[in-house]
Amino acid sequence: MLPYLRPTHLGDALTVLQQSEPQIIAGGTDVYPAMPRGPRPEAFMDVTRIEGFSEITRTQDGLRFGAAVTWSDIVRADLPCAFDALKQAAKEVGSLQIQNAGTIAGNICNASPAADGVPPLLALNAEVELASLARGTRTVPLGDFITGVRKVDLLPDELVTAVSVPSPPEGMVSAFEKLGSRRYLVISITMTATNILLDANGRIERAHIAVGACSAVAQRLPELERDLIGTRPSEIAIEDRHLAPLSPIDDVRGSGSYRLDAAAEQIQRAISRAVLT
Amino acid sequence: MKKPIEPTATRFRLNGQEAAAIAVPGQRLSEMLREGLGQRDVKIGCDAGDCGACTVLVEGKPFCACLTPAHQVAGLSVETLAGLRDQDPAAQALAQSFLDHGAAQCGICTPGMMVSAVALLRDVPEPNEAQVKDALGGVLCRCTGYRKIIDAVLGAPAVARDAVGSVGDAIRHLDGEAKLSGALQYADDVAPVGCLEILLIRSPYPRASFTFGNLENYAAENGLEGILTAEDVAGENTFGVIPGFEDQPVFAENEARFRGEAVAAVIGTPEVIARIAPEDFPVSWTELPAAQDIETAQGKTAAQLHDGRVNNVMCGGFVKCGDPEDALARAHVIVEGRFQSGFVEHAYIEPEAGFAQMVGDRVEVHACTQAPVMDLEGLERVLGLDRSRIRVVPTAVGGGFGSKLDMSVQPYLALGAIKTGKPVRICFTRIESMQCSTKRHPSDITLRIGADAKGKICGFDFRGSFDTGAYASWGPTVANRVPVHASGPYQVTDYVAQSKGIHTNNPPAGAFRGFGVPQSAIAQESLFDDLSELLGMDALDFRILNALENGVPTVCGQVFDQGVGIKACFDALRAEWKTERAKAEQLNAENTKVKRGVGVAGGWYGCGNTSLPNPATIKSGVRADGTLVLHQGAMDIGQGANTVITQIFATALGVSVDQIELVGADTDVTPDAGKTSASRQTFVSGNAARLSGTALREAVLRHMNVSPDARLAFAAGAIHATDDSGTHGLDLGALTPDADGFVLAASETYDPPTKPLDENGQGHPYAQFGYAAHLAVVEVDMTLGAITPIKFVAAHDVGQAINPMLVEGQVHGGIAQGLGMALMEEFIPGRTENLHDYLIPTIGDIPPIETIIIEEADAHGPFGAKGLGEHVLIPTAPALLNAIKQATGVRMTQVPAIPSRMLEAIQNETNACKKT
Repeated sequence: MLPYLRPTHLGDALTVLQQSEPQIIAGGTDVYPAMPRGPRPEAFMDVTRIEGFSEITRTQDGLRFGAAVTWSDIVRADLPCAFDALKQAAKEVGSLQIQNAGTIAGNICNASPAADGVPPLLALNAEVELASLARGTRTVPLGDFITGVRKVDLLPDELVTAVSVPSPPEGMVSAFEKLGSRRYLVISITMTATNILLDANGRIERAHIAVGACSAVAQRLPELERDLIGTRPSEIAIEDRHLAPLSPIDDVRGSGSYRLDAAAEQIQRAISRAVLT
Repeated sequence: MKKPIEPTATRFRLNGQEAAAIAVPGQRLSEMLREGLGQRDVKIGCDAGDCGACTVLVEGKPFCACLTPAHQVAGLSVETLAGLRDQDPAAQALAQSFLDHGAAQCGICTPGMMVSAVALLRDVPEPNEAQVKDALGGVLCRCTGYRKIIDAVLGAPAVARDAVGSVGDAIRHLDGEAKLSGALQYADDVAPVGCLEILLIRSPYPRASFTFGNLENYAAENGLEGILTAEDVAGENTFGVIPGFEDQPVFAENEARFRGEAVAAVIGTPEVIARIAPEDFPVSWTELPAAQDIETAQGKTAAQLHDGRVNNVMCGGFVKCGDPEDALARAHVIVEGRFQSGFVEHAYIEPEAGFAQMVGDRVEVHACTQAPVMDLEGLERVLGLDRSRIRVVPTAVGGGFGSKLDMSVQPYLALGAIKTGKPVRICFTRIESMQCSTKRHPSDITLRIGADAKGKICGFDFRGSFDTGAYASWGPTVANRVPVHASGPYQVTDYVAQSKGIHTNNPPAGAFRGFGVPQSAIAQESLFDDLSELLGMDALDFRILNALENGVPTVCGQVFDQGVGIKACFDALRAEWKTERAKAEQLNAENTKVKRGVGVAGGWYGCGNTSLPNPATIKSGVRADGTLVLHQGAMDIGQGANTVITQIFATALGVSVDQIELVGADTDVTPDAGKTSASRQTFVSGNAARLSGTALREAVLRHMNVSPDARLAFAAGAIHATDDSGTHGLDLGALTPDADGFVLAASETYDPPTKPLDENGQGHPYAQFGYAAHLAVVEVDMTLGAITPIKFVAAHDVGQAINPMLVEGQVHGGIAQGLGMALMEEFIPGRTENLHDYLIPTIGDIPPIETIIIEEADAHGPFGAKGLGEHVLIPTAPALLNAIKQATGVRMTQVPAIPSRMLEAIQNETNACKKT
């Protein structure tokens, strides 16, 4: 067996996965920092050259981001306003160097509670496409795919092939807020992505709110989303119960109670910013 | 798969040429470039994408080579700094701009900065500042404070100018070119490819006893060249930097006292070492209760870390003058507070590294260091070898800031070379570096200060405890320096200051830019603001009223009749103090969510050792062929000693700097200029260089019998001197060379005049102090607690700026470190041992800095010059904290003021106000 595999066809990649468990690698931005000193994996499978993996395509139902689409690809892509939060998050992933290498599927599969890409994708109702030789393809909502800290619903013979986003309603706007203790290259203390649709009277018709770094897995806030319907963006009142899905911890970046305060503030700011654009 | 890649060879274009290298599966591109292809202009700072030093262009786009699988570049184009510098006109122009701004200090981040900037300039030939920051946000720099780099990329008008390089000339760094081309060799760049490697086995616990299993079997099974433990240490298994405090073992014996302490080392080929998992090493650990803070370490149940240091008190310091108790009793107003700070990591981008080999029966150590002769003495002790059998050759140093004053890799390299008889190398990973290197001392300070009705200080009582970690390192220096400096540059007639260093099971705390004074300044300068507020006085006026002056005794009873420049520093801030506060008031009236504040703070710092001998020797000479040589042994760690010492020497000798050939530190050939520490190189080694230049000039004048003001020119085989009587020639070939090959030579030593401190700390601790005052403007986000510095104005009394561009460089870099300490940096053993959990400022965090150079000449300084390096960050943190107080009404007493702490303090204040 070849030790560094670079398949160009999905079928070849899935065949490899059926037979062995190579270290899957794309941008390397999470694989290398997590690699302990000592013996390395016997084999690596590089997924960046698989056909279609680096493409953003329009489908009947929406947009499909190939698994190895990088954050820089997303920044450069011509996307509707509903994707502004995703683009803003893409610019906050590490640094330019990291954005050039890091991929959308890598960010998801790494399953960090502070993954910058996850809240905007949750707010877009993104789904994860998976493929295996044995069972073909399946699609899992992103919120179900990430099951815990560094845990995802991915079987050993499966590969993430794409992240698909159903077409957002016409006129939906969005914004992303990130807070760190410094400007660049910073792990978020909290972050929030909002996707908002206003009605003709300037009242919220639909709201998708996702908060990251405040729970093991980034969370949508369904109760808040329901309560926001019919309100004006300038009149939002966030109550404790709205933040119930969040369970932030105390760590070196900030206290749990601070994170709740900050998330509430970020939600207001993200909604204001989204509707301004 | 259509065409499987050949598993062993990766072919690509490297800097425009076809290249092929063998890469093991999953090998990092950085490793393949550096070790497989000798491309050592690619620097490795973290191996985790956190520092960007390894940035290369792949297909024209910047990538971290440390995160890029080597195989991924097959068939692609890769460009590194060296290639860009050779081939790309834009890169060449940018390199010139870096030199013109002094944008490369130590130079270790320069490849990452340059490569990232070239990528930007190809896309956007005339970028704005925001674009520059976005493009360089992924590259960390610990020296420059980034502003010079921004100016260089923006193509701002040059700061440096073409000049002969006399004292006062803002010439370019004399050693800058090699930093911009990537040719300069740092500590991990000197070892030959394939050289044996050393890997240290470290304690995973803050305190643990341990026993080894069968080491011979392990070595044999793994194909190791050897294993080192305490048994291999032929001399004393202890080292340290302060006589009487050599307490740190090369390898721990029986018990490890901090997480990351070395207990053994394995030596093998790179292939063998790459497969070693440290957790498989045959050592069994028994974790023991550890004391990881000052309070626990002084508790009744705490284990004693060192015999004879009762209650884990390493040592203390004490200064007293007048009657502080009586003064506080009669004071009109009194303020008091408790201030705390945590460990601060030096975070130089170059991890500790080096190379050693046997040459005959001598061991030669090449490593990054701030103190080559101290390393030699340390090695003499641990190796049990006469110093004649040891040579220390410093490499270029990719940042030091105090931590590279201590030995780190040196003993392991020497022991490894001796054990195997072969060349060996070592490079700490970023995590290892952060676990085991020395840190800034955490502090716990209580301070009471009184003032009389007129606003004059009336009583000052300072008590500070400092966590000195498991070993002494420079802890005694911190304990001594703090009481001498804790008054700040003010007239305090009734004063007491006590300090003590406490051992804990933490990494050793040692020297870090300011030796404890930045911590004490936070307490003193914060309370000065609180005092002035209570008195209803302007904070700047209050400081000026109390500022030290010529003829006024310091708290040590030392009276300077000249050279005290603190008032001039404060005066220089007055105009901006007024306009910035007016601007802040206006903004605050219009805005409730963001509040702006302006703060000031002062600082002083004694240059050189505290009341101890502190000599520097500088040798110069002329060879028969007319070459003028300066043995410049003052380690340049980015601060610019190579340039500054040469300018001083050139001025004294009466030549231009371009006539001088520099020979650097090397214990075989260059005399000891003393350590790069205590802001002493410009002052102390500068004086030795002045004396050496003067003596060499006198020797030339004597030989030529020309007048004292004759102009000298060094030519092939001759010196020409021109005076009123015409031009005279000296045929150097007619003179007899000495053992060094010099026909004329001058070796001169300078030792600053100090006097010992008595039991009350009274005496003459330093021959000179330097002075500083900073103004900081910040904005605080009142609902998120995020603090954004907007601007700094920094006034520094440097006596005489030897090179104004380099002065600005020190000011910017010091402010960046002070800002980091105030707002984001806190090292927590076991939790922030990398550069993504431990945050230092990025290019987006440093606002514009206006530098005001004050030149209150010092009688002892060379041409009047004073030291500067450490002075800078002393006022920065308190100026920021005072600005935060102005903005929010909240006094932060614990740093770093991360958003979480800031908001909590704002909320507490709000709640307190509601209750009252």
